[in-house]
Amino acid sequence: MERRTVFGGWLLPMLLVLPQLLLTGFFFYWPAGEAVWSSLTTQDAFGQGVVFVGLDNFADLLADPLYRQSALLTVGFCLAVAGLAMGLALALAVFADREIRGKSTYRTLLIWPYAIAPAMSAVLFLFILDPRVGLLGRWLNQHGIDWDYHLNGGQALTMVVLASAWKQVSYNFIFFLAGLQSIPRAVTEAARMDGAKGWHRFRTITFPLLAPTTFFLLVVNVVYAAFDTFGTINALTHGGPGKDTETLVLKVFRDGVVNQDIGSSSAQSVILMLGVIAITAVQFRFMGKKVTE
Amino acid sequence: MNRDRPDYLAHAILALGVFLFALPVWLVLAGSTQDSDAIARGEVSLIPDLSNLSSYPRVLTEGTMGTEPVWHMLLVSLGMALCIALGKIAISILSAYAVVFFRFPFRKIAFWSIFVTLMLPVEVRIIPTYSVMATFGLINTFTGLWVPLIASATATLLFRQVFVAIPDELVEAARMDGAGPLRFLKDIVIPVSGANIAALFVILFVYGWNQYLWPLLVATDPGLDTIVIGLVKMIGVETQTDWSAVMATAVLALLPPVAVVLLMQRWFVAGLTEGEK
Repeated sequence: MERRTVFGGWLLPMLLVLPQLLLTGFFFYWPAGEAVWSSLTTQDAFGQGVVFVGLDNFADLLADPLYRQSALLTVGFCLAVAGLAMGLALALAVFADREIRGKSTYRTLLIWPYAIAPAMSAVLFLFILDPRVGLLGRWLNQHGIDWDYHLNGGQALTMVVLASAWKQVSYNFIFFLAGLQSIPRAVTEAARMDGAKGWHRFRTITFPLLAPTTFFLLVVNVVYAAFDTFGTINALTHGGPGKDTETLVLKVFRDGVVNQDIGSSSAQSVILMLGVIAITAVQFRFMGKKVTE
Repeated sequence: MNRDRPDYLAHAILALGVFLFALPVWLVLAGSTQDSDAIARGEVSLIPDLSNLSSYPRVLTEGTMGTEPVWHMLLVSLGMALCIALGKIAISILSAYAVVFFRFPFRKIAFWSIFVTLMLPVEVRIIPTYSVMATFGLINTFTGLWVPLIASATATLLFRQVFVAIPDELVEAARMDGAGPLRFLKDIVIPVSGANIAALFVILFVYGWNQYLWPLLVATDPGLDTIVIGLVKMIGVETQTDWSAVMATAVLALLPPVAVVLLMQRWFVAGLTEGEK
């Protein structure tokens, strides 16, 4: 879409876009370019300089069982977080959309957790699930269930999934509720007249009409689970025990910042970039189609 | 169907949701008023002891377990969140205004090069960004905490959408009155975008306040610890954790972003759902 009426001159507009362009240049394109370059090099044996090695870093990564394991873990983690956060949010939104007393109070009380930082959700979950100080964690241990996410990988994974999903529910709730409210009452009323019962009506009428919202949220949630949960996981488990909760972003951080393996870490960054580009492309293809229809 | 009967199922489910969100925060609130040793033994009560608020002044002025005082970390977080929110809004308004209201060489290229950065979140360029920051001497500076985060494709796209919808008649009228482009921006464009700016402010304030990976990466100086960084450091202490102090800090860290979301809820919800789709 373009405007018909515009102002003349070109010096002023160029000055106006300049700050944004400089910042993107310095902090987006330059680092991205450097990531691509470093991913094709490696430190020489004496640590004195860098050698061009082509795609070796990528070949090493893809052949590395630890990397594949982390990739698989990340996929599972993303699906679990997205599924849980979206499922709960949808259920809450469906009921918050009904005509009941105290509707707006419920909404407010379900929206505020949007403000919680991912790292903060880790701190809050510690007080629930820590085996010693956590409310539920202690209770489990007192009742004969060995609960210690510091030692048990499966429990650690459960905990980071719960903490990550918990924080994302209100974001999804806001969008599902907006989606539900945009469905014309006449449509659901007509279905009601035809005798469609609650669950049936939801499955055949409401849920299909929510498809664009659901798809949009799926993309957002997967990106959130893949990247923004760094704070949650790092604060709770540091990727451990062992590597049981080490998602790809934690691995980039550990290999690059902690272990200083720049070549491999950069190659991992480039793979993640390709991932984000693919997700964004899919999203715009779909959204673009929605717009032209 | 009896319309007068309260919808018990809806109330039950919504109350359960409210409870699940509120429980951890309530627990932290209650714990912050109790004795650290009791918490460490797992004897935390869910009823806050309002006569014992001593943890708050203590962490605010002294910090705990070797951290900076909490007032200082709150100040760093507040500064960072405000600079990011206002900085992003300012440069995004300027660039969107230029792209929408002017025709200049490389306009399309400028727009697309901003747009493409949607695909480059901080997390995927951790290491190289650090080396660029080092080149500029921005490691361990307050500037380094916020300037690199204010470039924004999403905010630019949002303002572009808003500006495109401004009626042509308004532009023509302004030109008839002899208003130049900067005057038009200040007197018309910014006021009519008020609601969008407010919504974006909430989203970006929360985004800035909640940063974790970025400050972890570019600031190792404890004097630049944000409240989120400080809090995670506190729970990482292996022995002798002062739990009551940690919980009081958690409450203080939660208050500002939650307050911003609640106070500006109306604009925020509308802006979020309009902007993203």
